[in-house]
Amino acid sequence: MSDAPAATDEWVPSPLERERAAYRQRATRRSILIAAAASLVAVVAVALTLTSSPGWPAFRETFFNVDKAIDSLPAVLSGLWMNIRIMLVCAVAIGIIALTMAILRTLRGPVFFPLRALATAYVDIFRGLPLLLLLFLLGFGMPALRLAGLPNSALFWGGLAITLSYSAYVAEVFRAGIESIHPSQWAAARSLGLSYGKTLRYVVLPQAIRRVTPALMNDIVSLQKDSGLVAVLGIVDAIRAAQIETSLDYNYTPYVVAGVLFLLLTIPMARFTDWLARRQGLHGGMR
Amino acid sequence: MSGPVLSVEHVRKSFRDNVVLRDVSLEVRSGECVVLIGASGSGKSTLLRCINRLEQVDDGVVRLAGEDITDPRVDTDRVRARIGMVFQSFNLFPHLSVIDNVTLAPVRVHGIERAQAVAEALAMLDRVGLLEKAQAKPDALSGGQQQRVAIARALVNKPLVMLLDEVTSALDPELVGEVLDLLRDLKAEGMTMILNTHEMGFARRVADTVCFLDDGRILERGEPGAVLDTPRHERTRRFLSRLSA
Repeated sequence: MSDAPAATDEWVPSPLERERAAYRQRATRRSILIAAAASLVAVVAVALTLTSSPGWPAFRETFFNVDKAIDSLPAVLSGLWMNIRIMLVCAVAIGIIALTMAILRTLRGPVFFPLRALATAYVDIFRGLPLLLLLFLLGFGMPALRLAGLPNSALFWGGLAITLSYSAYVAEVFRAGIESIHPSQWAAARSLGLSYGKTLRYVVLPQAIRRVTPALMNDIVSLQKDSGLVAVLGIVDAIRAAQIETSLDYNYTPYVVAGVLFLLLTIPMARFTDWLARRQGLHGGMR
Repeated sequence: MSGPVLSVEHVRKSFRDNVVLRDVSLEVRSGECVVLIGASGSGKSTLLRCINRLEQVDDGVVRLAGEDITDPRVDTDRVRARIGMVFQSFNLFPHLSVIDNVTLAPVRVHGIERAQAVAEALAMLDRVGLLEKAQAKPDALSGGQQQRVAIARALVNKPLVMLLDEVTSALDPELVGEVLDLLRDLKAEGMTMILNTHEMGFARRVADTVCFLDDGRILERGEPGAVLDTPRHERTRRFLSRLSA
């Protein structure tokens, strides 16, 4: 059909097709209107219920105090900057460790048994231990050993605890992705003479990672929030900063400020991943 | 039976700038077997996919038993429930056993009691000669067996018409026969069928009508002997001579 240039195409939609197109357009418009109206009704109903409740004035004063919000913003923002830095550094480390563990776990053959066992144990242990426990063990335990050369910073040990825990989760996501690639892809790549590693690097991983992007996104958003758990080691993150601000006068608005800031961080990232996935044609196929 | 089971009237379908079907019209009587032939990309598969609305036509009408099924007001699921389709690569559901593949639509779409659906499915598997494979998973079957299950899966819903899209193209040569034999029996039992194929011998023996698609149109149509042996158009002759070469 390459010899069917569009330029010479003299097609004019028939009246029937024009009527069908008009109907589809009307149907779409109707659906959008219904959806918009339903959303509006729901939002108004919730808003009315809230604002007409007997405790609303006090609630608004305690949680949505504009002056308090402006006052606490700098402190909460600088706490958030701590969250972001922890998140970024940990994300890179988690990605590297998790991918390594996932690849080790997919190696076949008796030769690789020790590596496979090591990776399996790693995942089992660090996925099974509560993150808070890891934070205490590493954050308070390691400096207490007073080993020469070991860093003393709570930030380092806190970050490491997060990395250990998250990389165990993410390793399983990567492994699921790798194993979801059909064996025929391995066969095709190996038949071209690509080594095991090159097959993984150029054929399997690119497909696997695309497939698990939504799950990875989940873990990144989750990491962004859990990065605040280092507060138990005395580090001031957004939540801890909000807590400090709150303790000044028992007004809880700083918590709301922190919550809004977290949403401002995660929601655009989620839309960005959606866009990325669409562009790569991940949502293709007939429904 | 009065009127055609299926009629395609001036159907047009394009994908972006690529016009695959320009103006295709076709009538299929009850019990008729229509074979579509033509080069790759001539629109044979697209035509079948338009008939059960896997693709939305740009223009024109498809009628099933007189009803305009291209109307956007028509419930596509209800339309598809009355049309059987078989694909080139079988498309069995790999997570379901053979019997579950065959009973899925009767139970979930047609609302038939599970016990009755199983009985009918077993009868249908017996019909295609695979009764003993009822509990097997699709990947334990040969290509020919998988395709016969796919045919049983479509047939069990008692469709008005069967659409068969290159159903032997993915099969080893020695497995093609078992599928074509089954189709020939179906035709003998009066099933209405439209199929794409490169099996000219089969077209000659089983088809009532052969249509040659070229450049988005049915360039030539008629009884198999006429189209395949004494084609009137140069393009048809060239296509057929390339096949026999």
